[in-house]
Amino acid sequence: MSRLYGARGWAILGACSLVVFVVFPLLNLAVPPEHPLHLSAFWVTLAGKIMCYAMVAVAMDLVWGYAGILSLGHGLFFALGGYAMGMYLMRQIGREGQYQSDMPDFMVFLDWKEFPWHWWMTDQFWWALLLIVAVPGLLALVFGYFAFRSRVKGVYFSIITQALTFAAMLLFFRNATGFGGNNGFTDFKRILGFPITTPETRMALFAITGAALIGTLLLARWIVTSKLGRVLAAIRDAEPRVMFCGYDTMHYKVAIFTLSAVLAGIAGALYVPQVGIINPSEMSPANSIEIAIWVAVGGRGTLAGAILGAGLVNGAKSYFTVAFPEYWLFALGAIFILVTLFLPRGVMGLLEHLPGASRHPSSTRRGKTA
Amino acid sequence: MSAAVHAQSGFGAGGGSAAHVATGGLDTTHGVVLYLDGITVSFDGFKALNKLSLSIDVGELRCVIGPNGAGKTTMMDVITGRTRADSGTAYFGQTIDLANLSEAEIAQAGIGRKFQMPTIFERLTVAENVELAMKADKRVRRTLFHRLSSEERDRIAESLRLMRLEAAADRPAGLLSHGEKQWLEIGMLLVQEPKLLLLDEPVAGMSDAETERTAELFLSLAGKHSLVVVEHDMAFIGKIARKVTVLHEGSVLAEGPMQQVQNDPRVIEVYLGR
Repeated sequence: MSRLYGARGWAILGACSLVVFVVFPLLNLAVPPEHPLHLSAFWVTLAGKIMCYAMVAVAMDLVWGYAGILSLGHGLFFALGGYAMGMYLMRQIGREGQYQSDMPDFMVFLDWKEFPWHWWMTDQFWWALLLIVAVPGLLALVFGYFAFRSRVKGVYFSIITQALTFAAMLLFFRNATGFGGNNGFTDFKRILGFPITTPETRMALFAITGAALIGTLLLARWIVTSKLGRVLAAIRDAEPRVMFCGYDTMHYKVAIFTLSAVLAGIAGALYVPQVGIINPSEMSPANSIEIAIWVAVGGRGTLAGAILGAGLVNGAKSYFTVAFPEYWLFALGAIFILVTLFLPRGVMGLLEHLPGASRHPSSTRRGKTA
Repeated sequence: MSAAVHAQSGFGAGGGSAAHVATGGLDTTHGVVLYLDGITVSFDGFKALNKLSLSIDVGELRCVIGPNGAGKTTMMDVITGRTRADSGTAYFGQTIDLANLSEAEIAQAGIGRKFQMPTIFERLTVAENVELAMKADKRVRRTLFHRLSSEERDRIAESLRLMRLEAAADRPAGLLSHGEKQWLEIGMLLVQEPKLLLLDEPVAGMSDAETERTAELFLSLAGKHSLVVVEHDMAFIGKIARKVTVLHEGSVLAEGPMQQVQNDPRVIEVYLGR
């Protein structure tokens, strides 16, 4: 416990949990809709969505902020987790689709008579859970193994991850791939038999997402405060030295990259039932770059900063895309440039200068060693 | 100083007598710890090493000198697995063929290396730098669940004392002076418990007093460890040298005691006499 966070850190985490698990459910479910304090479904979905983004941001911070590997393909892992969940949700529609068929609408439309092989067992929830973890995980494991074994690093690694997500997007755009082409999956009706749009289901998904985010944060924090976390930071600062200390850095990089991809996949799986749609645009290269921007804005190598960055940027995005939709990308670019120029350590670096803040919130050190 | 070094029980790989160090798979029954034979490395046609042959005895302290571009750093790169030789063989002891091993495996087999520029983990604390270097099971899962034992804490403290860095233990290593960084890196090498130490310009940027202490340290390490020191600082070499190897254009030009090498007309021509 004390290794993970100090009293102050646990207090902040406790307060956030209170908001997620008590304040949101009360204001949304217990307060009647006409009451001014009522929290509408819009806000619950928005906050749930942002928590999913925050999970990806934490996953990104693990590989980028700590191990120094800038992956610009995390949107792919997020989308793959989402698609795995989406397949299950499509099967849960049953015969309630437009064509009242056992097959999803897009397959009826394409005149397919039976499910493609990769839809095998997707009506089983446990199988969906397995896919959510295994598909992004295996892809990252294989891709990471070949990339890191060939010593691909720095900007070259970033570029090939961009290419990877772009290639996957083109693949998923094809109808023949069997994932609904450019429309993707939508019109979900139920999850585990519960109607998906009722306030109760929505709130349950929201709370599960909150728990997953807190779990992700604590797991990541546990890793970065371990000796393994220090090895990762050492790889970031001086990889040859780490090798000559006797560590096979490739294994470390593959391990953290794979774990990060799995966490991103879980985030994607929680995202889809809340927003009600998944399509190949989630794999667009720009989406993955945006994830890196959240982490940079919040402050690399801090974990909490990743959550903060995801919240701030997406909060701003929600406002901008309604108020001045055509200017959002300019605003995003401006935020990124300003942060890079004036806040190299992000918002967390700024917070550190506040009175009463602890000196080393971003440090990976643990107690006195000698 | 030297007494303090000898007290480091953990640092000695094979004990006092240097004749047979046969721990951890390293077979040095013929008294040779490192054996390079006909090593050639070319970069785009330029031969950085040209049929280099060299052998280092167990417990020896060997100084390697040579003008810039003579191939000193490339030789270390070949020994530590960073560069692969185009031809020739490199053996660690009788049995370990270095050509088949990765950098990490070579380090685990017992070859430690100090870089030309002090290379430490700037954002970790000084104590954490030593912790990461310390001999341990360095696989991913073991590292994740690793907890510092009190014995390991003692060894870190001991090493910091030896390197005179106790006061800086909890400071980020990036804040150390250049000379202190050099010492930290040497300390990191020692806790790795290597049988062979390769030291690339270990006293560059050190004050005279620091250089003096480094010379004492190296002399006290010889015998228990085998050392290969590459240096430009001839005063330092003069202090520690027993046998000196002069490299020129990728191969050995001369080898022998300092006096003999210094008076060798070929050496004077390419290096010392200019």
